[in-house]
Amino acid sequence: MVNELREKAKKLLADKDVELVIGWERGSRALAATPVFIDSPEEADRLIFDSTCGNNPAVYFTKDARRLVKDGKRIGVVVKGCDARSLALYLAEKQVKRENIVIIGVPCRGVIDPDKVATRTGGREVLEYSEDDGKVTVKGRDLDLTFDARDVLSSSCLACVHRNAKEYDLFIGEMRDGTADKDQNAAIDEFEKLEPEERWERMKEMYSKCIRCYACRNVCPSCYCNECFVDQNDPQWIGKTHEITDTLIFHIIRNLHVAGRCVECGACERACPMGLNLLLLNRKVAREVEERFGYITGIDSGEKPAMADFREGEKQDFIMG
Amino acid sequence: MKDWQPRILAILCNWCSYAGADLAGVSRIQYPPTIRVVRVPCSGRVDPLFIMKSLQSGFDGVLISGCHPGDCHYLSGNYVARRKFAILKPLLEFVGIEPERVQFSWISAGEGERFAQVMTKVTNDIKRIGPAKRLVKGA
Repeated sequence: MVNELREKAKKLLADKDVELVIGWERGSRALAATPVFIDSPEEADRLIFDSTCGNNPAVYFTKDARRLVKDGKRIGVVVKGCDARSLALYLAEKQVKRENIVIIGVPCRGVIDPDKVATRTGGREVLEYSEDDGKVTVKGRDLDLTFDARDVLSSSCLACVHRNAKEYDLFIGEMRDGTADKDQNAAIDEFEKLEPEERWERMKEMYSKCIRCYACRNVCPSCYCNECFVDQNDPQWIGKTHEITDTLIFHIIRNLHVAGRCVECGACERACPMGLNLLLLNRKVAREVEERFGYITGIDSGEKPAMADFREGEKQDFIMG
Repeated sequence: MKDWQPRILAILCNWCSYAGADLAGVSRIQYPPTIRVVRVPCSGRVDPLFIMKSLQSGFDGVLISGCHPGDCHYLSGNYVARRKFAILKPLLEFVGIEPERVQFSWISAGEGERFAQVMTKVTNDIKRIGPAKRLVKGA
């Protein structure tokens, strides 16, 4: 599959169909492939794709690649299911034009959560990674372990139902089926059964660990405002301490800012140094958006994002009669 | 505690609900003196951050009111607001905030009577659940 990816990328670049292909290459860390910009056919052999390709290459359309597409250049981008949803969101939000991108879909088997691997290796450094048919092997000094990929995949990936790009120009390899390994709503259903007091206590307990490093925001493909609300200090709406109400307000408002925009890639959870279950609120919001507005993020790039749209006769049960 | 009066922030849109409050005033309709009013150009102006900030600063409740659907001075401000609140409200309940703390209503400029009723209802709701403790800074 990787060979096919390289060949296709080579052809696109050689035919001058695209000026650049964004994908992944093996980086200095065995468990996290590095995003790479390939601009000549000779370089295409650097491309890889496996479960270490967690970074979302679509985000470059809100960053470095934005300038390039503005100049009318065409760019190829290799996308997993969640990356494709981000891309569809950027298209819907008019961040990039469809004619400027060539979408190369790859079938995703889920992304490795390095923290889950670390608990199994006892924190020993992994120097080599390989995968084969649902098994993952990690090697290092005095380290040679093989385990079920499912045990070390990111929890967001286990609940994922969008493994393949929906909209693509090329698809490489065989599409994965969309049945999740675990119910994506199970955690919120369970949480909702608790009494409000208990929910509040759990939230307090979880978010009091937050150190406000903003790694979740920085890594989020949907967070691309030039100036984030937490960085505005005139007027300063949000407290900057890690006092629980400040922290919770940050997380609640961030969740609302990505309401109908979160693609549930789980990048925030993987980036969180405190191991917070950040997707709990995201999933709650996504389900609410889906139930109320019939909108699922990043499926149809022609559809207006939920929070920028409305219907006149919408359900308004929460408004005083 | 028996004499405790809640402090409620009412965020009212300039064109309907604020005028509704005005009408209640000039008509000398009685309602509890528990509300503090903030006038905004449109309910679409209300950022959820305003609501969070008011709860954090110790308001016992927040009421947001705008024009009835279809009556927005800016045509669609209240529709956009409605989508925001439709997500904010269940999210706040999800994290354990009492549903009574944050309420929404539509009040037109002609509904002075209704304005008083809504204020009475919100005040009674909040009196029933008592002073805000969750999400209040330093509580």
